[in-house]
Amino acid sequence: MTQGLSRSTVATVILLGLLAVLPAVFMAMDNEYYVGLATRLVILGIAATSLNLILGYGGLISFGHAAFVGIGAYAVGIPVHHSLFGGFQIVASNNGLFHVALAVVISALFALITGAICLRTKGVYFIMITMAFAQMVYYLFISIDTYGADDGLVIYQVSQVPLIDLSEPLHLYYLAFASLVAAILLVRMIVNSRFGMVLQGAKGNPERMVTMGYNVYRYRLVAYVISGAMAGYSGALLANYEGFISPDMMDWAQSGEFMFMVILGGVATTLGPILGSTLFTVLEEGLQIVMDWMEPAVEPAYVALFGRDLEFEVYWHLPFGLILIFAVLFVRGGIMGLIRGGKD
Amino acid sequence: MDPALLVLQTINGLQLGLLLFLVASGLTLVFGILDFVNLAHGALYMLGAFICASFTIALDNFLLAILIALPLTAFAGFVIERLVARNLYQRDHLDQVLATFGLILVIDTCVHIFWGPAGMAVPLPDWMEGQVRITEDIVLPTYRLLIIFTGLVTAALLYWLVNRTRLGMLIRAGASNRRMVGALGIDIQTLFTFVFALGAMLAGLAGMLISPITEASIGMGNNIIITAFVVIIVGGIGSMKGAFIGAMLIGLIDTLGRSFLDSIFALFMSTAAAETSAPAVSAMLIYIIMAVVLVLRPQGLFPPKVR
Repeated sequence: MTQGLSRSTVATVILLGLLAVLPAVFMAMDNEYYVGLATRLVILGIAATSLNLILGYGGLISFGHAAFVGIGAYAVGIPVHHSLFGGFQIVASNNGLFHVALAVVISALFALITGAICLRTKGVYFIMITMAFAQMVYYLFISIDTYGADDGLVIYQVSQVPLIDLSEPLHLYYLAFASLVAAILLVRMIVNSRFGMVLQGAKGNPERMVTMGYNVYRYRLVAYVISGAMAGYSGALLANYEGFISPDMMDWAQSGEFMFMVILGGVATTLGPILGSTLFTVLEEGLQIVMDWMEPAVEPAYVALFGRDLEFEVYWHLPFGLILIFAVLFVRGGIMGLIRGGKD
Repeated sequence: MDPALLVLQTINGLQLGLLLFLVASGLTLVFGILDFVNLAHGALYMLGAFICASFTIALDNFLLAILIALPLTAFAGFVIERLVARNLYQRDHLDQVLATFGLILVIDTCVHIFWGPAGMAVPLPDWMEGQVRITEDIVLPTYRLLIIFTGLVTAALLYWLVNRTRLGMLIRAGASNRRMVGALGIDIQTLFTFVFALGAMLAGLAGMLISPITEASIGMGNNIIITAFVVIIVGGIGSMKGAFIGAMLIGLIDTLGRSFLDSIFALFMSTAAAETSAPAVSAMLIYIIMAVVLVLRPQGLFPPKVR
C-alpha cells in the first residue's frame, strides 16, 4: 500500500511537472500547435476531475456531464455575442470575470435543479435521466436560432480578464493549468473532509449511511452541484480556447468521452482524470497521425475497391473504440491501476 | 387545427411508435434478461439499414433485400454477443456503457469505411410508392401504412413467442431469475445469445423499414437509441408490454408535439412567442416526459411483475 501510494505520488509530480514546463518549451520552439493541444488536455482534465468527484468518489454515474461544460461555454459565447452585436443588454459583456461567474452560477443552478430530480433515482435510471437532461439542453440550444442553432456560434472576442490576455496561447494555457491544480486540490480537500467521507461511504453502502443518520440525498446533491459548477467553469475556458461553441459540445457522445477519461484514467484517484484526459488527447492526436501515415499505403487499394477517397481523419475512431473496449474488458482500475501495480 | 393533418400526423406517430417498439423490444429483452445496458443497439439498427440498402440496390428488390438482411443483422448481433457483450454481463453498468460506447465508435467507423460518408437512399418498389385515399382530404402514403402493418405483425409474433412458446417461457424465466433457470439445466448462455441476436434482428428490421423514408445514414442509430431508452424507461425496463405502450406513447407525443405544439401554445401566448418556444419544447418533450415518469414512478409505467 505504501509503495503503491508513493508510486502514484511520483506519477502526480511527474505529470504536473511536465504540464507546468512543456508548453513553455513548445512555445520557445515556436510550436504553438502543441500548446493548444496541451490547453485542451488541461481543460478536459478539469471537466474530468469534476466528473470524478461524483462518478469516482460518489458512485453517481452521470451520463450528462457535457451539458455543464456546454452551459459554461455558452455563458461565454452569449454575453460576447451580445456585447459585439447588441441586444439582451443585461448579459452583454466581454468581461471574463462576469463570464466565469455566469458559467459557474448557471451550471450550479442547472445541477441543483436536475440533481434534485436525478438523485431520486439510482442505477441505470440515474445514468439515463442525467443523459435525458443533457439532451434537453442540447435540443434547447439546437432550437435557438439567435445563437446559431446547430451551426454553433463563433466567439469573435476572448474573455477580457485583468492582468493576462487570453488570446495569448501561453496565458490561456497557464490560466487553465492553474485552474486544474486548483480543481485537483479542491476535489482532494472535499474528498478528505467529513463531507467527502460521507459521500464515499454512501457509494459503498447508502443504507448504512442513512442508518447512521446522514441525509445521503443532500450530501450527494451538494457534490453534484459542486461538480456541475466546476464543469461549467471548464466550459468557460473551453469556449475561450476553441473560439467556437456549438450544441455538439453537449451531445451524449461528449458525455461518454468524459466518462472514458475518468474511468480509463482511474476512478476515485486524484490523478486519474488527468491521465484520462491526457490519454484521450494523445490517442485522438496520435491515432490521427498514424492514420495519416498509413494513408499512402492503403489509399490505392481502397480507391480501387470502393471507388471513392479515404477519409482518414475520421477513422481514428476505429482504433479508439477498440482500445476502449479492450481497456474495459482487460484493464481494471484504469491507468492508475497499472501505475499502482495492481494493488489497491 | 387541420383534421386531415391531424390524421396524417397520428399515422406518422404510430409509425414512429412501432419502429421505436422494434428497437426498444430488443433493448428491453437484453436489459431485462441479461441486465445488460447496450448502447450499441442503435448501431445494429443502422447496420440493418445499410445492409438492406446495399442488397436493395444490388438485387433491385426491397423485399428480398429485407429477407437477406434480417439473418445478417442477427448474425452481427451474434458476433457482438460472443466477442464483447458476453464478457460484460457480470460487470457493472458503467463498464457496459463504456464498452458499448466503444462498440458504437467501431461499428460507425466500419460502416463509414465500407459504405462511405454519404447516406444511401433505398428505392421502393412501385406498388409501395403510392397513396391510399381514405376520404376526400385524407390521403395516406401506402408505405407508411405498410410499416405500421409490419410493426403490428412483428409485435404480435413477438407476443406469441414470449407468451406462448417454450422458448418464450425460458426467456421470461430468465428475466425473473436467471440463475435458477441455469440451475434447472437450461443452457443459459445459448439462451442469452439467442435473445441478443433476436434483439439485433428486430433493431435491424426497424432500420430497414425506415431507410426508404430517411435513407440509411451514419449516426441514425445514435438518434434512435436514446429515444428507445426513453421508451423502455417510461414503459418499465424489462417489460414487453411496457415497451409497446411506451413506444406508441413516445412516438405519438413526439410526432404530434412537433406539428401541433405551436398551435397549442398560441392559445395562451402570442403567436411569435409560441413559434419560438414550441420547437425547443417539442424537441425536449420526450425527455421531459421521461423525467416526470422517473420522478413519479421510477420503475416505469408497466414494470415487469417479478424481479
